[in-house]
Amino acid sequence: MSGAEKIAVKVTEIVPVNDLVTRFRFERVDGGALPTFSGGAHTVVEMQDGEITRLNPYSLMSDPMDPSAYTISVRRDDKGRGGSLFMHQKVQVGDEMTISYPVNLFPLDLRAKKHLFLAGGIGITPFLAQIKQLERLGGHWELHYACRTPALGSYVDELTAHHPNETHVYYDDQDQAIDLKNLLDGQPLGTHVYVCGPKGMIDWVRSTAQAEGWPREMVHYEEFLAPQPGKPFEVKLAVSNKVIAVGEHESLLEAIERAGVDAPYLCRGGACGQCETDVIDYAGKFIHRDHWLEEEQQASGKKIMPCVSRFEGRTLVLDR
Amino acid sequence: MSTFAFPPSIKSRPVWGSFEPQSGSAYLFVADAEGAEAILDLAKVAPALMASAHIIYIPKGTDFETALRALNPAQLYVGPSYAASLPRLRKTLEDAKMGLQVYLSGSEGLMGQAMREAAEAGIPHAAIQTEHRGSVARRMQCVHCKGITEDVAVDPFVCSHCGLNLFVRDHYSRRLAAYQGVCIDAEAPGCVPEPKGIYE
Repeated sequence: MSGAEKIAVKVTEIVPVNDLVTRFRFERVDGGALPTFSGGAHTVVEMQDGEITRLNPYSLMSDPMDPSAYTISVRRDDKGRGGSLFMHQKVQVGDEMTISYPVNLFPLDLRAKKHLFLAGGIGITPFLAQIKQLERLGGHWELHYACRTPALGSYVDELTAHHPNETHVYYDDQDQAIDLKNLLDGQPLGTHVYVCGPKGMIDWVRSTAQAEGWPREMVHYEEFLAPQPGKPFEVKLAVSNKVIAVGEHESLLEAIERAGVDAPYLCRGGACGQCETDVIDYAGKFIHRDHWLEEEQQASGKKIMPCVSRFEGRTLVLDR
Repeated sequence: MSTFAFPPSIKSRPVWGSFEPQSGSAYLFVADAEGAEAILDLAKVAPALMASAHIIYIPKGTDFETALRALNPAQLYVGPSYAASLPRLRKTLEDAKMGLQVYLSGSEGLMGQAMREAAEAGIPHAAIQTEHRGSVARRMQCVHCKGITEDVAVDPFVCSHCGLNLFVRDHYSRRLAAYQGVCIDAEAPGCVPEPKGIYE
């Protein structure tokens, strides 16, 4: 079976954090201990939404050393594909669900002399676990957290109460913004910067850090892409000898799974590289949306990441 | 010509680069002997960065000091040995801020040791620029007694600490900043090939 190993859990607490964000607590159905993890890890939550099985990644925000429960925070996306709405509207305390073992694509680099965290909105969640990890290790960190409004500032109160000296909060509606160039300038040698938030914020941090002479290896980012809808298309799976149709609102990976073909995956968000698939033949154009393939690979017509990328054209044959 | 094309080898062997201008807030150069030529070449391409450059230079009998001084770097230190320069290098890294670009040039032993200091100060080794110039002699660690022999130019060689006959391997340690030397005549003591240049 593909993906990380699975864990059967029960929802033991649902807490509305604000108008958009709700927190879910999972404990093992068998009452046992969950694996500890490292800050920045995510779990893939399986949602049985009628006929559709949704698999969405969410960052774990609980204490990485606490094996009694995992917590995640889900931001409601009214225009999304429905995973967050399912979590907000259908999931009840006591429900049994399946989640994956933790997978970390956004770990701390523990060689860092200092960790500089930049969060935008719901991008705060991996940092909540990383902060707990660093507090235990006695690590040196600082958080700069941009939110839309005080009312939508998830976990601001908790962060400013526990870490008043390390936490810096910026509200868009009060015209506050992270003074990034100034913030990067003068950080001690050995500082690593981590950013989690909207794509624009990630691009801004990466390009500013590069211009300021920060090495690529010291700039860490995580962005999960949700698969985007697109025109339906047909794919031939050469190894399984099947022709499948990919619907407008499903990803290529989901269509492959629906056809009963076991395809590898981990993050389902274009980041981890697990689902990389060889293209045998094609006539048409690829819509590459992943962060994994190099530009030359995307242009080569030889690879596709079926979790987020699509195809428009007459023929697509995959080595799957 | 002070450059040398190292033959392809095992993965453990460091691959040295060539200096490229890089945006940054400050520049630290550590060089020995002909390593100065790499700095002079970079200064031709990117003269502006010399205004915020700190050069730590160990001449080892060469005569590049005047040429380096003519670049007008913010600081130029000329030291008698790497060991004598080390306190300055460590203090510079300790006080440095992000945006510092580190450039190492000259012998492999010099680059390896300065890279170890920079990596301990928190810079990933892949983000440190290097350019080999001059001597192809190696800094060797005897895997038996752990003693270091500097500037080994021939293979095999005699460990300067324990006296074993050592075979020069391409197996490199970033932590020790040294290649590994392994006893060549353990099975048949005294049966030692005639020493010749490492790349001959």
